[in-house]
Amino acid sequence: MRSSHAVIEKNAILLAVLTLITVAIGGLVQIVPLFTIETTIERVDGVRPYTPLEQLGRNIYVREGCYLCHSQQIRAFRDETERYGHYSLAAESMYDHPFQWGSKRNGPDLARVGGKYSNDWHVGHLTRPQDVVPTSIMPSYGFLSKATLRTDNLTAHLKTLRAVGVPYSDAMIAQANDDLKAQIDPDGDSSGLLTRYPGAVVASFTGTAAGSTPTEMDALIAYLQMLGTLVPMQKATLENLAQ
Amino acid sequence: MTVRPFAAATDYVDDVVRAFMVACVIWALVGFLAGLVIASQLAFPALNLGFEWTNWGRLRPVHTSAVIFAFGGSGLIGSSLFIVQRTCRARLFGGWQLGWFIFWGYQLFIVLAASGYVMGITQGKEYAEPEWYVDLWLTIVWVAYLICFVGTLLKRQEPHIYVANWFLLSFIITIAMLHLINNAAIPVSFFDWKSYIVYAGVQDAMIQWWYGHNAVGFFLTAGFLGMMYYFVPKAAGRPIYSYRLSIVHFWSLIFLYIWAGPHHLHYTALPDWTQTLGMVFSVMLWMPSWGGMINGLMTLSGAWDKLSTNAGLRFSVMSLAFYGMSTFEGPVMSIKSVNGLSHYTDWTIGHVHSGAMGWVGFITFGMLYYIVPVLWGRQKIYSEKLISWHFWIATLGIVFYVCAMWASGIMQGLMWRAYDANGFLQYSFIETVEAMHPFYLIRILGGLLYFIGALIMAFNLWKTATGAGARTVATPQLQPAE
Repeated sequence: MRSSHAVIEKNAILLAVLTLITVAIGGLVQIVPLFTIETTIERVDGVRPYTPLEQLGRNIYVREGCYLCHSQQIRAFRDETERYGHYSLAAESMYDHPFQWGSKRNGPDLARVGGKYSNDWHVGHLTRPQDVVPTSIMPSYGFLSKATLRTDNLTAHLKTLRAVGVPYSDAMIAQANDDLKAQIDPDGDSSGLLTRYPGAVVASFTGTAAGSTPTEMDALIAYLQMLGTLVPMQKATLENLAQ
Repeated sequence: MTVRPFAAATDYVDDVVRAFMVACVIWALVGFLAGLVIASQLAFPALNLGFEWTNWGRLRPVHTSAVIFAFGGSGLIGSSLFIVQRTCRARLFGGWQLGWFIFWGYQLFIVLAASGYVMGITQGKEYAEPEWYVDLWLTIVWVAYLICFVGTLLKRQEPHIYVANWFLLSFIITIAMLHLINNAAIPVSFFDWKSYIVYAGVQDAMIQWWYGHNAVGFFLTAGFLGMMYYFVPKAAGRPIYSYRLSIVHFWSLIFLYIWAGPHHLHYTALPDWTQTLGMVFSVMLWMPSWGGMINGLMTLSGAWDKLSTNAGLRFSVMSLAFYGMSTFEGPVMSIKSVNGLSHYTDWTIGHVHSGAMGWVGFITFGMLYYIVPVLWGRQKIYSEKLISWHFWIATLGIVFYVCAMWASGIMQGLMWRAYDANGFLQYSFIETVEAMHPFYLIRILGGLLYFIGALIMAFNLWKTATGAGARTVATPQLQPAE
């Protein structure tokens, strides 16, 4: 062994090349098939790209590091499905750049938090969590309601997401700013938004005046309210859940 | 200033190494303090202060990056430049120019990353939070580091490449591979910090934990094993226990580690075959890990008496004990049925910290206590007694920390799945949060002790580097530790 290994340990380039080959194998075997095996992502109905408001809200979720305390991945255990709902599907995060499954639950899982609480509850809770849940250890996010959402580069966001594989159509990109405002105006015409993004929640999330630019809290709540609501799980069959 | 006698003979580039050691100690204090702050925020949420810049979600990456990349990285890169020059009997490739570029380039990376976090600039991937422009800068610095390291290996005067350098080389190469692939992203525009990762959902999850687990495997393990393979034999004055075991240890460790990522994704939407592969390889990883621990510990055979006279060596030995403990705990936690209980709980946090505080922290402290007198030309450390204080305070801190997290993690996992007599979930989520409070207090105490230990070390090293006692004319260390 000494003599054969001596060849490697006397040649820095050979050592480097063999090391690279050795460390590359595991990743190649585990990662590449996930892109090629079709059953990796289930074939279910309902999954669509995020609306402009939801996507910007998601970016705030990422920016504030929400994923560090809240997972978005319900495991197939009895207690988890009873507490949070149907276990998470790969399809449900297929347009998530980046994924936000999380690794720690200092707070509850949020994969299916959409529709579970009212918009008012979210406003109160985000502004001062302890007003709603007295023993909560969550920080307050009141500053989000004072911050106007940055929208000047909205189409650039959607175009970049299209470049990484989210199927935003030309119409979706062209109408992005209108769709953004339409989602916080329940009295306005939201038919275009709902055609492009079926099932989007249109609401005055925080009471921002119709026609004005949404706040960051509008966007975050719009995102929270759609989480886990896209796939009609009651219609899912074992066959289309098969991975 | 006079010519430094201990550098003149061999002309090693040691200014850069000294700078890295200073940075290492400063970042240790910053990183441990940040940890203390966020641990306190979980016990007392008012400490989030209500500012967006001081919220837990923004400070947590400051803690992890400051400890892993700033403290660990500075200690690791600095000591690797020390090791590679001495074990190759060659001056650093690229000289002081390349050395200083690596130092300042790496420090700039840390400052750019951390200042971004508090402003909310993040990719949202754990341990890979820096945005695209910081990632690009790190890539440049890392390539410079690779060239510097391999260049020094190529101009070595020794026929063999010493085993510490195998581990250090695998650390540099693998981190480059992981960094480039995991951070592939497209910026929204050239003038916008925001980018979107090119992968989505399940593939992104797999690539992230392939990266994340191997940041542990190659940054925090292989790199620090390189440190171990040099400084333990040097401090013990004994050759490595088994050359043959080093070879087996090296190749099996780097081959197996890379497969272990999926154990972070058990029972998720990741396909079962990938999860199972991750579990099987994680369990196998136990063997090379303990092989390395045995190789380190047995190096002391015949020199165990030095533990009573060399307090710095105590850190190295204790670090190997923690390494053995957490590399046993890791495979156990990667077993799916155990992971079902431990995942998402504080048990994971406890596991990580027994590795980070016990293994990475202690092996680095041992290295610092050895290297600072050598680098600053002192005969010995300012106070052996203070090393002992540091050792016992820090060890006690780890015990408090890890035991609290074991208890809270297992309790949390059991409470989540507890049912009452009528078949309903017994506890609401917030009740499980409330139950954590006493353990979070114990954790703060543990972290505080660990931080106090580091303060003692900083004082001791400062006194050693600047304090009384003439500079010694040390004999240049020409012999590799092999």
